[in-house]
Amino acid sequence: MIVLEKRPQPSKAWSYATPVVAVLATMVFGGILFAILGKNPVEAIGTIFWEPLFGEFAFYYRPQLLVKGAPLVLIAIGLSLGFRAGIWNIGAEGQYIMGAIFGAAAGLAFYPLDAFYIFPIMVIAGAFGGWLWAMIPAFLKVRFGTNEILVSLMLVYVAEQMLASVSLGLLKNPEGFGFPGSRNLQSYESAHNAELIAGSGMHWGVVTALIAVIFAYVLLNRHMLGFHIRLTGEAPRAAKFAGVNPARLILFCLGLSGALAGLAGMFEVSGPSGVVSIDFNVGYGFTAIIVAFLGRLHPVGILLAGGLMALTYIGGEIAQSQLGLPAAAIQVFQGMLLFFLLAFDLLTNYRIRAARSEVA
Amino acid sequence: MKFTTLLASAAMALGLASGAMAEDKTKVGFVYVGPVGDGGWTYEHNKGRLAVEEHFGDKVETVFVESVPEGPDAERVMTQMALEGADLIFTTSFGYMDPTINVAKKFPDVKFEHATGYKTAPNVSVYSARFYEGRAVQGHIAGNMTKSNIIGYIGSYPIPEVIRGINSAYIHAKKVNPDVEFKIVWAYTWFDPAKEADAATVLIEQGADVILQHTDSTAPQAAAQEAGNVVTFGQASDMSEYAPFPRVSSIIDDWAPYYIARTQAVMDGTWETANTWDGIREGMVAIGEITDAVPADVKEEALALKAAMAAGEYHPFTGPLKKQDGSDWLAEGETADDGTLAGMNFYVEGLEGEIPQ
Repeated sequence: MIVLEKRPQPSKAWSYATPVVAVLATMVFGGILFAILGKNPVEAIGTIFWEPLFGEFAFYYRPQLLVKGAPLVLIAIGLSLGFRAGIWNIGAEGQYIMGAIFGAAAGLAFYPLDAFYIFPIMVIAGAFGGWLWAMIPAFLKVRFGTNEILVSLMLVYVAEQMLASVSLGLLKNPEGFGFPGSRNLQSYESAHNAELIAGSGMHWGVVTALIAVIFAYVLLNRHMLGFHIRLTGEAPRAAKFAGVNPARLILFCLGLSGALAGLAGMFEVSGPSGVVSIDFNVGYGFTAIIVAFLGRLHPVGILLAGGLMALTYIGGEIAQSQLGLPAAAIQVFQGMLLFFLLAFDLLTNYRIRAARSEVA
Repeated sequence: MKFTTLLASAAMALGLASGAMAEDKTKVGFVYVGPVGDGGWTYEHNKGRLAVEEHFGDKVETVFVESVPEGPDAERVMTQMALEGADLIFTTSFGYMDPTINVAKKFPDVKFEHATGYKTAPNVSVYSARFYEGRAVQGHIAGNMTKSNIIGYIGSYPIPEVIRGINSAYIHAKKVNPDVEFKIVWAYTWFDPAKEADAATVLIEQGADVILQHTDSTAPQAAAQEAGNVVTFGQASDMSEYAPFPRVSSIIDDWAPYYIARTQAVMDGTWETANTWDGIREGMVAIGEITDAVPADVKEEALALKAAMAAGEYHPFTGPLKKQDGSDWLAEGETADDGTLAGMNFYVEGLEGEIPQ
């Protein structure tokens, strides 16, 4: 008989090994899935992981990895701080939307003025929009003890309605023939989050994501607040004795993750997307939750996980058009990644041991 | 060097390479907003793609990517297709408009065809179908079939195309049933079976016994079937698996002839920017079989209506018509011009509620 035995200490080796093992297991089982669909599994896996990085058109896909990965990393960094402290912001998608709305609205308010200060104002407005949206669950939790998981999640749907509303009304392009959607910020120089070096994919959102990684690393390892976050997550009672103010921590974690999600939305709407439209959001806020866990809630891990997720998205699209794989198969493939990660995570806290059967 | 020139030169290099490799095989790409198995909008576009393959055999290669979100992801998918040597790319959702224009700028030698939009370029055409003609037939049947006099309408997005459909259906339902009332729910999605089913259920609970939909899945049909006494119509595709009841008829989009013609034009080198808007007459819009659940006389009238539109004798928007606010729109006998229809952002008189702003 096989039993699970709790480890006295979480295994450090397994905590590093599980993401790698999970990726390998996903490749194996994903390969089996592709084989069942009648595709060559080696070719399919190869296309997903190899083509974007080293294929014929890697010069185009590599920058796209940054474009796709940056919002994931930026949002996931914010979420990971709260997750570490046991504060569950599930509504990053809504904060992302609000950041985009606030940021774009700030920029469009100046249209067609040409000035250097417009973009910085948009950045601040975007962060503020996300922060504000996250403050609702934060305030309700602190004041009335409501569950932040439910409140933040429900606010995503409210944000989607607001997005539809502004796309059809407040921010609608006056020259858009009555169609919904704002002016394209890509063609408004002062508000455009353009690539810093043409063709590199490197826009301000990518830079901000990298800064956020460093900032989070320093915060967690070198700062008292980071210590409080970790302590609250790992030993809530000890945290209380250490003088952690839970209300302040909730406001900080939710507020920061909201602001970062808002920034991600703002950089997206002013750059790669360009327009506030009804279906502007494509699920970055939810995918970032996977990225945060895949990266072990560690800043550097999140950076790598964000890159990996971006890779499966872009590689998945290539596999679709080149090999005719259905989109659903790619989604299953991504789902497997999280599933195996959580499954193998068990080995961090437990060990498998063969036990002699005993008489009950 | 600018990124665009870099891309273009890479594409050119590839064009030369693949030209030598695959002797004049025309590559046609399709970008879909939903899954090919949605049973509606995307399903029909994919049928068009398969028709292209069948028609041209070895002379074409088609590729597609499904469930592509409308935004930067669409831009990447199109770029990827262009890089891999596509000669012609069909982008089949309204939200692909700006991405199509952006990518088309980078690949001047690739032809693009954008469905239901309004922005054209030297290498970008737009095409759409006069779905509102089909809506007239639906409205006629719906007005006759409803007993509660409440017709539910699941709108996708409040864009002119959808508003035209609502107006056309309402005008023709009202003609045969002056007491009819429309309840409209906006789903803000093209394809989301769960949301569509919810919308249908809400409408049924509010007393609607006919449901019209401008969304792509068969979920509202299933909801109506469960309710038992609710009439529906297939949208974009025949959805005949729900016939003869609740689905009593349908609007079918037939893209195949257009896709074949445009592919041929690329092969012949005669492709030019076009703004195509075809209807029942040209065969881009078809009316699916009207089942026996519809009384024979109603069916006959509906078919006559269809025949009149096919012959060009009848326009669904013929005056006298007023706008919702009571102001005059079309005088007796006057028909709506395409410009007004293309940008339609108002309800006709009698419809309740406001278009979301």
